Amino acid sequence: MKFYLALLIMGILTQNFVLSKFLGICPFLGVSKKLKTAVGMSAAVIFVMLLATAVTFPLNSLLVKYDLEYLQTIVFILVIAALVQIVEIVLKKYVKSLYNALGIYLPLITTNCAVLGVVILNIDNIAGYAAQNYGFGHAMVNSFAAGAGFMLAMVLFAGVRSRIETADVPKGLQGLPITLVAASIVSLSFLGFAGLVEGLGLI
Amino acid sequence: MAETKKISYGHELTKGILKENPVLRLVLGTCPTLATSTSVVNGVGMGIAATIVLVCSNIVISALRKVIPSKARIPAYIVVIASFVTMVQMLVKAFVPALDKSLGVFLPLIVVNCIILGRAEAFAGKNPVLASACDGLGMGIGFTAALFCMGTVREILGAGTFLSGIDTMIGSFVDLKGFTGFDFSEGLANIGLAPMTLFILPAGGFFVFGMLMALVNRLAEKKGKPKAALEGCKGCPHAAACAMCELPGEQTPEDPEKKEAATV
Repeated sequence: MKFYLALLIMGILTQNFVLSKFLGICPFLGVSKKLKTAVGMSAAVIFVMLLATAVTFPLNSLLVKYDLEYLQTIVFILVIAALVQIVEIVLKKYVKSLYNALGIYLPLITTNCAVLGVVILNIDNIAGYAAQNYGFGHAMVNSFAAGAGFMLAMVLFAGVRSRIETADVPKGLQGLPITLVAASIVSLSFLGFAGLVEGLGLI
Repeated sequence: MAETKKISYGHELTKGILKENPVLRLVLGTCPTLATSTSVVNGVGMGIAATIVLVCSNIVISALRKVIPSKARIPAYIVVIASFVTMVQMLVKAFVPALDKSLGVFLPLIVVNCIILGRAEAFAGKNPVLASACDGLGMGIGFTAALFCMGTVREILGAGTFLSGIDTMIGSFVDLKGFTGFDFSEGLANIGLAPMTLFILPAGGFFVFGMLMALVNRLAEKKGKPKAALEGCKGCPHAAACAMCELPGEQTPEDPEKKEAATV
């Protein structure tokens, strides 16, 4: 139970996917202009991350069993791409309201490095957290934490950006440069959480 | 389309290095740029790995451009790219295990590097093989150069070293000490600066990237070129497939190339 909590805190705060692992920077910079789109995009990311982990984590043990681990990258990206397509079609047909909320973000997520990243990191964690007997439940919690961390970063940053819009920025820094500097400061603030997991004695 | 135009190979090769630098002008591949530029050796290693994938995938995709149906082109591109990434991954693991360790998850993540899919979509999918190879090589060199700049600033300021770890990367191929007379086991250590660790932390990565981009924007402005911007969907390889661009308020002026791609 402790380890589950540790995974949650690490994913959301201390090892935030966007701000300390640099995964999913493109949507972080591109879609964070408005709070509404930021929330929609992150919700879709959480959804796809959970789904992708649920499928690829068991699939990996199959690959290991037949000694095909070198095919991981190609299998995972294809599975994710196919999965996103299927989900899009199913949602469009049967769950119209959810499709309206998340659907537009789905194609964008297929090649989002955060999704493939969380899937691969989950596999790496099997060896990394061998002492904790890292299994399917842990992988799912870790994926959720990664997605929630993504959402937290997006929502916080959407707020920061709305302030920048009206600020008087030096000419050379206008646009993307000041956005990156702002991201740097947000990332700096997350450094304050360093050591939280160890401090609480969760690992 | 573009095939009827006269192709200048020199232009295709050099445009990616400065004019259309994938990282600093087109703002593609930001994730690996930020994550792997903690040191020069890391950044350049990433750049070379991505360049190999980029050139190979550009060649194959361009050769298959008349076979791949346009509706299924994105999955087809991904399969081609993923195969080359897997090959590069195995080669790096076998010959430069230290690089494999330091790049970690970002080595397999070359698959989803937007530079590679972006070039496949914007160039290799509609241009002949040799031009695509030149384009890929140029873009790869541009990517590597940007990583080198980022890595230099971050490593010197953040760790107080330069080229640290180079002997573990290429020491097995070249006898560096005998060749240059320098002992590179510490890189060019002792530059004499007290390191500011912040710069090799993620926050420093964002900061250096922002400053570098401001500098490049300034230079571009002097030459009368527009500044780099993540114009919502402009740089995104999925512009044709995704509905993000039609969101109210997110609309941006589309460039003609993308519009053309969308109608094909």
